[in-house]
Amino acid sequence: MAFTSFSEFFAMGGHALYVWSSYGIGAAIILFNVVSPMRFKKRLIIEQKRRERREQA
Amino acid sequence: MWQVFVRWFHKWSSPKWFYEMSRPWSFWLGILAIALISIALVWGLAFSPMERVQGNSYRIIFLHVPAAFLSQAIYMTIAIAGAVGLIWRIKLAFYAAKQCIPIGMSMAVLALVTGAIWGKPTWGAWWVWDARLTSMLILLLLYLGLWALQNAMEREESGDRAAAILALVGVVNIPIIKFSVNWWNTLHQPATLKISTSAPMHVSMLIPLLLSILGFYVAFMALMLIRTRYEILSREKKAKWVQDEVRRLEVN
Repeated sequence: MAFTSFSEFFAMGGHALYVWSSYGIGAAIILFNVVSPMRFKKRLIIEQKRRERREQA
Repeated sequence: MWQVFVRWFHKWSSPKWFYEMSRPWSFWLGILAIALISIALVWGLAFSPMERVQGNSYRIIFLHVPAAFLSQAIYMTIAIAGAVGLIWRIKLAFYAAKQCIPIGMSMAVLALVTGAIWGKPTWGAWWVWDARLTSMLILLLLYLGLWALQNAMEREESGDRAAAILALVGVVNIPIIKFSVNWWNTLHQPATLKISTSAPMHVSMLIPLLLSILGFYVAFMALMLIRTRYEILSREKKAKWVQDEVRRLEVN
């Protein structure tokens, strides 16, 4: 452990703003990369259903 | 020997074959990536010692360097896949190249943004027009160009070819990024990881950095596989097996 307490860990020796904003943006970018294939899959299913409905009509 | 290779190559470049074979891979690679990245970031944030000169702001390195490496590796993947698509007319290569673009772009953004945030306490400026930073910005612009070209065309095949040509032209930027810190007198520090010389970085910082880089690479492989699989389903939607598969996806 490089820190002796949680408050010290969150303070990052005065660099909290820089370290935590970087990791926050990192988390957001990872989330984007996880969510976008899920949305791709959803779109595939919806589009196929729409095509099937059109063919039946 | 050559014919065995050609047969293997053709089998793998068949979208249906690739779809079936890659089925378990994205899942297990994804699990591995989550484990590696979690260990690396917790280690880097809480357990690695403070850096003597930069204090705790250096902990940004565990995101910044993997993102920067990956943004360039993904660019090369796109260029190589694009060349394979253009030369051997392999659709699967174009599908993979297309699906790499958003991942690579997000990594270029992460490298630039974490770099800017790190620059403020270290250099006193968010941005300087230094050769390394400028060439990385050009990489991001190339990604935007690839994305725009890929989606601008009426026919998807035209978008594939146009993006592949731009990707190949833009490869010239990759060595410029790599050697910018040696060729010009940059504010950006030279490479942290060197193979030949004794590592200038202490193992307590080096190991989480290497784990993070590995984790990002594995995550890229998992994401590229899953996205390419969905791209196959999107492009080959007229095939019977694809329609059955999409119906099956809905249930799961």
